[in-house]
Amino acid sequence: MSTLSAAAEAATDATAVDATAVGHQDVCLLTDLTPERGAAALLTETVDGEPRRTQIALVRTVGDLVLAVQHRDPVTGANVMARGLVGTRLVDGEEVPTLASPLHKQVYDLRTGACLDAAGKEPLPGEGGLRTWPVAVVDGVVRVLLDESAS
Amino acid sequence: MPQDTEPRHLVVIGGGMTAHRLVEALRARDTAGSWRISVYADEPRRPYDRVALTSYFSKRDPEELSLGDDALWHDELVTLHTGTPVTAIDTAARTVTDDLGRVTPYDELVLATGSSAAVPPIPGADLPGVFVYRTIDDVAALRGWVAEREQAGRGASYDRPVRGAVIGGGLLGLEAAGALRALGAQATVIQFGSHLMNAQIDLGGGEALKRLINGMEVGVRVGTATKAMVPSRRTGHVGRLDFTDGTRLDVDVVVLATGIRPRDELARAAGLTVGERGGVVVDDTCATAVPHVWAIGEVACIQGSCVGLVAPGYAMAEIVADRLLGGAATYPGADTATKLKLSGVDVASFGDAFARTERSMEIVWADPVAGVYKKLVMSDDARTLLGGVFVGDASAYASLRPMVGAELPGDPSAYLLPEGTGGAPDLELPESATVCSCNNVSAGEVRAAVTEHACTDIGAVKACTKAGTSCGSCLPLVKKLVGTELERLGISVSTALCEHFALSRAQLYDAVRLAGTRTFSEIVERFGRTGSRGCDICRPVVASILATTAPAHVLEGERASLQDTNDHVMANIQKDGSYSVVPRMAGGEVTPAGLIAIGEVARDYGLYTKITGGQRVDMFGARMEQLPEIWARLIEAGFESGHAYGKSLRTVKSCVGSTWCRFGVQDSVALAVLLELRYRGLRSPHKIKLGVSGCARECAEARGKDVGVIATDNGWNVYVGGNGGFTPRHAQLLAEDLDTDTLIRVIDRFLLYYVRTADRLQRTAPWMEDLEGGLETVRAVVLEDSLGIAADLDAEMDAHVANYVDEWKATLEDPEKLRKFAPFVNAPGESDPDLQYVPVRGQIRPATAEERRAGAVLVAPATLEVRS
Repeated sequence: MSTLSAAAEAATDATAVDATAVGHQDVCLLTDLTPERGAAALLTETVDGEPRRTQIALVRTVGDLVLAVQHRDPVTGANVMARGLVGTRLVDGEEVPTLASPLHKQVYDLRTGACLDAAGKEPLPGEGGLRTWPVAVVDGVVRVLLDESAS
Repeated sequence: MPQDTEPRHLVVIGGGMTAHRLVEALRARDTAGSWRISVYADEPRRPYDRVALTSYFSKRDPEELSLGDDALWHDELVTLHTGTPVTAIDTAARTVTDDLGRVTPYDELVLATGSSAAVPPIPGADLPGVFVYRTIDDVAALRGWVAEREQAGRGASYDRPVRGAVIGGGLLGLEAAGALRALGAQATVIQFGSHLMNAQIDLGGGEALKRLINGMEVGVRVGTATKAMVPSRRTGHVGRLDFTDGTRLDVDVVVLATGIRPRDELARAAGLTVGERGGVVVDDTCATAVPHVWAIGEVACIQGSCVGLVAPGYAMAEIVADRLLGGAATYPGADTATKLKLSGVDVASFGDAFARTERSMEIVWADPVAGVYKKLVMSDDARTLLGGVFVGDASAYASLRPMVGAELPGDPSAYLLPEGTGGAPDLELPESATVCSCNNVSAGEVRAAVTEHACTDIGAVKACTKAGTSCGSCLPLVKKLVGTELERLGISVSTALCEHFALSRAQLYDAVRLAGTRTFSEIVERFGRTGSRGCDICRPVVASILATTAPAHVLEGERASLQDTNDHVMANIQKDGSYSVVPRMAGGEVTPAGLIAIGEVARDYGLYTKITGGQRVDMFGARMEQLPEIWARLIEAGFESGHAYGKSLRTVKSCVGSTWCRFGVQDSVALAVLLELRYRGLRSPHKIKLGVSGCARECAEARGKDVGVIATDNGWNVYVGGNGGFTPRHAQLLAEDLDTDTLIRVIDRFLLYYVRTADRLQRTAPWMEDLEGGLETVRAVVLEDSLGIAADLDAEMDAHVANYVDEWKATLEDPEKLRKFAPFVNAPGESDPDLQYVPVRGQIRPATAEERRAGAVLVAPATLEVRS
């Protein structure tokens, strides 16, 4: 369990740093993420000057690219996206990383959050595709960049 | 002109197949509701598929024979009086009187009384043990008699099978003989004519047919007239047949199949004109000479004769429905094409099978060794097809029958050669050619279903056109037409698993098994799209395939990332993202201590509990991070994973069986436990459910399962291909009276054959339907090892049983796997604050969006994590 506590420690530190709004938050180590399996994380964002916790889903691809999207399923409102299946889909000749909702199997483009297959369902009011966050991996640490204007 | 809003009243006498078709057609087209319909049926049941009567022996359930959509009988404009014969018709007053003395007026009357079995004037035809073969009750009585004789024979000092004879070697007689064999009785067919089925096929075909029938261990005596049926002196039951040539045959049961007689007695009494050989005389519109009275089906004498086939009856029903709505349809003449519905014997004839057309020529191909006889009747220039006979191999029947009257491209003899020898050109059916004669569907209508109604598979085409929904013999042809049409539209009839794999699931299974590949990366590179990483369809399929070809824990290494969301946490995700937990209770058996342990876990974690349909307990509302703790307690109490989350064996449901039940004949619980422990964890294309009943009362509802086992006095009967759900199916009999060891091997092979060859998310019933040859193929593979894979399957199942470990126990022992249950990678101690519940009947349920907004009614999520 050593990696887990290390990650938790890193996260705690990051949260502390983040409260001062430096525009990014270190979430975990790259090695805490299993390739092609999502993991949920808590992000503290500032909304109207107030800190707010947002649940995100982190996905690590086989090429060690890390992508972040909202954890909330746009169709049901349940916080489950990190438990969906990861894959790829050919979009305009390009192999695009995807995430499928574990509840009703909508497929989303992990880079843009766009819904590629609605599977016959409508998103809830106020929902659409998945919200995304830019992610950088710095020295093996997964850093989510906060885009305050988007919230 | 003002329209009378009161619907007019149509009375239909008779509740058979043509009556059903008339009601169905009229209700479908009479959108204005201008007719209300009363149907009077003699039999105490809804109209059923009499053509498929013989299948009652394998299916044993009258419901399996029901016709069309039951909703027809719930229509408020339709009243069905079952078990209510009409006793008189008054055509002047326009009323009918039923057997309760009720007098009902009609605006229009349709006679659809059908026929009764003709009983030949042979002395002794009324003896106990002599049966006709016409209704479900006839068949049930025959079945009961044979079973009784068998029992009596077993008790006697001698031990011999029940000896049966069928008088009449036509279509029905051969089906009856097949039925006797299916009941375990001996059967001899007594035919007065020169050869079997002499009304449909020629002498050459009859000879070939006789060899095939003999091959089924059914005796055949042609050119034989029965002089008398003689009672046994001891029992008074039928005991012997005496023939005019002086020979005799000892029998225990006799079935009369010497023809049918139109049931025109009501019509005669009402003064309607009947034909020379019976039947109510009608014109080409099916109208009798008496105004407002029509006749359809076997009772109608149309164009000079009665026809004992369902297709012309359906045509007549359609005509009357059309006429009642102001149409002008007329009878086109009977299509007398026939196909014998007897397993293992292919016989078909169509068109001018006897070459009665002037100057016609016959082209014959016969292979006495294989028992095949085929003949085409052609016009004198050998170009136009007039008719044909097929015995032993009727594969060409479906595509040739609609071509009658049309020119065959190429050399006609090419159509007679065995399949695979090439030669026969693909037939392009004319638009007007009838493809399904039961439902009168043309090739054009089938094509239109694809081109105009956007049907893209055979199921949709069946629903849209009704083609192939009655006897089903045209289905291969319909499939071909649909395939060709889709291809033309550029819609590929793809069996590809998904965009990443061009192979079907079955092909991928074989590829992976033979290549011995063990990782997704390797598999997608070799058999899928290079550089792709799969999707929510193919990744779980690969995980499922590997579970059998290279067994390992579901969360082992790369395999964990392939699992569907439920398999990944080994629990069932619910609508709010919480999970339900189901421990295994093999056979539905649980100790009081076990029940208490489950109750304590559910109480301590605040879980909602419910009994499942599979005889176990489901606990809802567990958060992902709670699953390991919950399982630690369940395992400590002696439970293991119930695989409720997997595409795998779910449960083996059982009744209490012979240990307690006064009716039980075998220990159904013990067998259910044994089977559940044997197949637990077996990953499959879809969920698998089994059931075991301890006697024929079937309290475990085993025939609603993929594999159902029902106890008999001698062992176990095993049924396959049942399911509930969206399209409920009853399982079909695979084998009878098996001992426990044989039964287990049969189920082993059935399950693994399914695992190997079914499509993704395909239950056993649709799988068998798609399988070339259906149940017969399954029987051949499983019981006779026709593919030579039985040893392989046995070894695979032995390995599965030997390698089984409880995947929850193994998970708890591995910290690496437990990491997956952390709710947040950066905050392991936190929980999803959005999981909120409200009370319901003393338990909890997820709060709705409104309740969340209102806030007040919420109860706290279960946080009581007691670990005593």
